[in-house]
Amino acid sequence: MNIHEYQAKAIFSRFRVPVLGSHLVRSGDNIEQFCESLDAQDWVAKAQVHAGGRGKAGGVVRAKSKKALASAINAMLDARLVTKQTDAAGLPVHAVLVEESVQIRRELYLALLVDRECGQVAIVASAEGGVDIEQVARQTPDRIITQWVHPGAGLQPSQVRTLAYALALGKDQVRQLQDILFALFELFVSCDCSLVEINPLIVNGEGRLIALDAKINVDDNALYRQQDIAGLHDATQGNRDEEEARELGLNYIKLGGSVGCIVNGAGLAMATMDLVKHHGGEPANFLDVGGATTQDRVAEAFKLVVRDTHVKAVLVNIFGGIVRCDLTAQGILDALQAISLQVPVIVLLQGTRAAEGRQLLENRHAHLRLANTLTEAAQLAIRHASA
Amino acid sequence: MSILVDRNTKVLCQGMTGAQGTFHTQQALDYGTQMVAGVTPGRGGTTHLDLDVYDTVDLALRDHEVDASVIYVPAAHAADAILESVYAGIPLIVCITEGVPTLDMVKVHAVLEGSDSMLVGPNCPGVITPGECKIGIMPGDIHRPGEVGIVSRSGTLTYVAVNQTVQHGMGQSTCIGIGGDPIHGMGFIECLALFEQDDATRGIILVGEIGGSAEELAAEYIQDKVSKPVVAYIAGATAPPGKRMGHAGAIISGGKGTAEQKYQALEKAGVATSRNPAELGALMHELLGR
Repeated sequence: MNIHEYQAKAIFSRFRVPVLGSHLVRSGDNIEQFCESLDAQDWVAKAQVHAGGRGKAGGVVRAKSKKALASAINAMLDARLVTKQTDAAGLPVHAVLVEESVQIRRELYLALLVDRECGQVAIVASAEGGVDIEQVARQTPDRIITQWVHPGAGLQPSQVRTLAYALALGKDQVRQLQDILFALFELFVSCDCSLVEINPLIVNGEGRLIALDAKINVDDNALYRQQDIAGLHDATQGNRDEEEARELGLNYIKLGGSVGCIVNGAGLAMATMDLVKHHGGEPANFLDVGGATTQDRVAEAFKLVVRDTHVKAVLVNIFGGIVRCDLTAQGILDALQAISLQVPVIVLLQGTRAAEGRQLLENRHAHLRLANTLTEAAQLAIRHASA
Repeated sequence: MSILVDRNTKVLCQGMTGAQGTFHTQQALDYGTQMVAGVTPGRGGTTHLDLDVYDTVDLALRDHEVDASVIYVPAAHAADAILESVYAGIPLIVCITEGVPTLDMVKVHAVLEGSDSMLVGPNCPGVITPGECKIGIMPGDIHRPGEVGIVSRSGTLTYVAVNQTVQHGMGQSTCIGIGGDPIHGMGFIECLALFEQDDATRGIILVGEIGGSAEELAAEYIQDKVSKPVVAYIAGATAPPGKRMGHAGAIISGGKGTAEQKYQALEKAGVATSRNPAELGALMHELLGR
């Protein structure tokens, strides 16, 4: 789960990771009154959206007067911000973070993440902060330094020194980095993070290290024990249908093609998309109905998939395991009765009691077509979608 | 022969009295798996499905010989359950539970490294040696004993691969679902090593998916160490970057973990890849010259 920069910075403050003084302006706030109440003159307004690349997209604006600040905030709030990381529609801005402007001497990169290959938390740092770190990793991998934290030993001061001296920090800053990294590691573990990223971590005019940006991703599997963070979820930053699916416990991702897919199992759902593409079609979505393919879930899945007006045919691909195909077939029939369906539905049932399931579906609905193999199912779905 | 489990494997079930544990223990018994006992804290001294229930793994081991433990406890307690079996010295631990917090698995991973236990999962269908031993949630009756070893990050996709081998007149030596989480127990390489050593296995089907670099590392291993024919499929060639495709580990991030990179690495290693998930069985059939 993703949270906003201002929320991440509030968590940083709680763990004593230095951030700039700031104010949050939300939709509906009196902007002129707010700007008048400020003491200093030089501020930076930052649109709060779940996407990077804000700076180049007009989502981060420096204002050297109260009037300029008010107009910057006015332009951002309640508008949609399109960055290179969003789609063409962009994301809605419901809050703007206003921070003191600061003198920047150096821009560093710092991140903590779970390294899946070695099964440990990794700390990644680079002297090349403030830029696209993936590009640095591709072009100059030696500019990136990594330390892995063993969960038994925890973070060691020597690891901080290794990073700090490689970043060519001064003696005083080495001590600051030590405080910051120990705080961040504690934050990472106690908040069940999957990523904490600061890009850039700056050295200001007085030689202080400050987190100018803050990004926190939290492990979805751990949200049950991170209730405070779970409450920070901003549904307006995701696709509406994907958000609704999330609440229904379905895994749904919109892709934009014309062949809707309803599949049991994440791997098989991806394979079904691949298969549609392989035969020249375009999948409309990824949808995993999960192991317990009950009638209700199938019905909800159908509703979600056909709500997408690009969908011209639906491919249902179920491999019956513990969940028997005949029960799934009954679920499909009930679902078809519960919703009025305008597009053809191609069904492939394999595995446990597949023959019985097919029999149940035979000649039961004008829009139903049965397939016998993966290839036939994909080809049928594509033919119907392009008819 | 087979790998990891066979007709002699004695299996303990952690979380046996819960709904999942009960259902799948019954299924395993029906399949012929040697289920020997169950563990549910607080339920020790009772019986369930005619099997003794113990409060701890340690107590179960005092009465029973155990080769493997299967775990169906809820996600919040799964890491604790895995570690209980590791500390008790059980050689094979299969964790079916989905949704285990990643940082719990970081701890488990560190403890496993210094132990003699092997972990399969979490978030996986389990392990089956057809006709001998079924540990997990896979449908037993789709399998046939035979010569193809299958290792996969996905559950249902494993069943699809199994089905295709059967349709082409082949069977499986052992099938292992290693799970869809970013941090898990046994990986492709450990499974490939066992299949390479196993006399019953003549060919191997590897089913990967987007995210991480396990398939690339497997490719290097295959090139150096595996002499048997390997067929591979990677799910998610059409997945958009930055989106988690159902499995916690199935995500392309920072331009890394794409299906194309994995295919290229595997092809470079001489693996027969199929971009079409419907052709895994046919390809293996062809390679085995049958």
